Amino acid sequence: MVSDANVTSLADAATPRSKARSSGARRHLVGAMLLGLFLTFQMLPIYWLVRMSLMKPADIMASADFLPKAPSFDNYMTIFTDPTWYNTYINSLTYVILNSIISLSVALPAAYAFSRYKFIGDKHVFFWLFTNRMAPPAVFLLPFFQLYSAVGLFDTPFAVALAHCLFNVPLAVWILEGFMSGVPKEIDETAYVDGYSFPRFFITIFLPLIRAGIGVTAFFCFMFSWIELLLARTLTSVEAKPIVVAMTRAVSASGLDWGLLAAAGVLTILPGMAVIWFVRNYIAKGFALGRV
Amino acid sequence: MSIVLKGVGRSVNGAAWLSDINLTLEPGGLYVILGRTLAGKTSLLRILAGLDRPSRGEMQDGAENLVGVPVRKRDVAFVYQQFVNYPSFTVYDNIAAPLRRQRLDRAEIDRRVRSVAEIVHIDGFLDRLPQQLSGGQQQRLAIARALAKRAHLLLLDEPLVNLDYKLREELRADLRNIFRDAEHTVVYTTTEPDEALQIGGTTIVLHEGRVLQIGPAAEVHRNPASTTVAEVFSDPPMNIFEGRIEEGLLAFAGLRAPLPFHMQGGPSGPCRLGLPPHRITETAAPGRVQLTGTVTLAEVDGSSTFTHFEAAGGHWVMQRDGIRPKPAGSACTVHLDPADFFLFGTDGMLRTAPGARTRKVA
Repeated sequence: MVSDANVTSLADAATPRSKARSSGARRHLVGAMLLGLFLTFQMLPIYWLVRMSLMKPADIMASADFLPKAPSFDNYMTIFTDPTWYNTYINSLTYVILNSIISLSVALPAAYAFSRYKFIGDKHVFFWLFTNRMAPPAVFLLPFFQLYSAVGLFDTPFAVALAHCLFNVPLAVWILEGFMSGVPKEIDETAYVDGYSFPRFFITIFLPLIRAGIGVTAFFCFMFSWIELLLARTLTSVEAKPIVVAMTRAVSASGLDWGLLAAAGVLTILPGMAVIWFVRNYIAKGFALGRV
Repeated sequence: MSIVLKGVGRSVNGAAWLSDINLTLEPGGLYVILGRTLAGKTSLLRILAGLDRPSRGEMQDGAENLVGVPVRKRDVAFVYQQFVNYPSFTVYDNIAAPLRRQRLDRAEIDRRVRSVAEIVHIDGFLDRLPQQLSGGQQQRLAIARALAKRAHLLLLDEPLVNLDYKLREELRADLRNIFRDAEHTVVYTTTEPDEALQIGGTTIVLHEGRVLQIGPAAEVHRNPASTTVAEVFSDPPMNIFEGRIEEGLLAFAGLRAPLPFHMQGGPSGPCRLGLPPHRITETAAPGRVQLTGTVTLAEVDGSSTFTHFEAAGGHWVMQRDGIRPKPAGSACTVHLDPADFFLFGTDGMLRTAPGARTRKVA
């Protein structure tokens, strides 16, 4: 009797569970399909860019095949051998790296002050910093152009690097402040009790504790500076022309060279991907301004 | 050189955190600051360390004025309630950090690090990072770093409060030995009366930013200067109730008893009385008076029972050994011996304590 009862109860229990399993599998399938659809939409333009970069201009106009026709790396070779092309990469990298260094070295002490000290108007200044990010860069075009022309910085990487500080320094301060506030103030005090001077404490004890934050901040500065077009275009002409400008201006006598532009586009995405790889574990924290 | 505080106070945003602190810390002395949370223990310790500046008053080390001397120029070591270590340094480098700042030579640093690590029992973990240690070991590391420095003044801010019971007992026993051997002045804060008694030394009772009493731990415990000290220095707090001395009789809680020996000879009139919870019993004996009340709560903590009850319009706590839970709402009959009573004036100041050999009359 007892075993009978057990059997029926097991059978009863099995039915709903297998039903649940099959409906769960169906839900998985739907989810995977939706995700696949989304990824296709997302990745298709990038794929198309890669496809074009491997083709000759004539083929690009003639064919709409999914796979590239007669793929070759000619376009890439042109970019790597023609100084007017590869110099634009060097120009871009120069001001982006310069900007990251300036932003970080200015933002580190500022963020430390906001995180550790109370001073009159600290909250207002902190918020005001962030509002700089909300102003349209176009507003600053005219003053920057005039100012840099007047002091002879026009068409140099310094001009762009400094101009980009306008939105990168506030962002860096915000991100770093979040990371720094996660470090207990008692560590600072213990270091002073132990006889550390401020610079030595800051460099040997404090910076290692927020190195993830510094990495994320450098990444954000790098990315925002790398993709910015408006200021970069206005403040440069020939000598310091960055890649984003070259890409949008590459019109030759024979019209637009689609293949070459596509190859330049692919090469422009690569540094970002490389940097993302390094900070992939901290990027969400960076987007939350270090406040996770 | 002894450290002297004169009229030290600290106010933050208009609220007085410390007022009129007068203290003398003798070299090599062991001082335990006892007070509840928000009593100002940490504020006082931070001022002693030089981490905060007093708003008022003077602080001197011998002839040298200490107010305004930055913390890194002072000869102090500080242990926090939280386990504060340098997370990116190994245990060895953590302990060595203050010594390297003192520019000692390598061999001396190595010798000191190893000997201190041995004292606090973390000599097996010198290559680890602080996060790879348990909470108790992390605090031991913080203590080791403080000891290694051999500072003139060693400050510990409730160092055991974030540890579990077992670790706390263990580390407390170790600390007692360390303090006994130490030649520096030690200031230790705690909220727990038992800890103050176990650590010993001189107890400084702090309450709402004021020093209420200073004296050897056992002495302060036996003769609390006021009802507040008595409440702070016993856990659960001492029962305090109103009484009256009239014509050789002591009236309290609607009862009357002959005036006990230690209270004789004092002035008549209203007074306040104190009775430690463990002095209330459930057994009758000659000399004891009987009080009946209603149980409101019975707490059992493993080896003893705390029975809270209402009687004669007041709230009482009785501490008994053993597990004797009583349902709330039940009646209870207890016996009190007036010979155990502390006698306070209506102003709350102690007039005489039980067992006082000589009658102290205010």
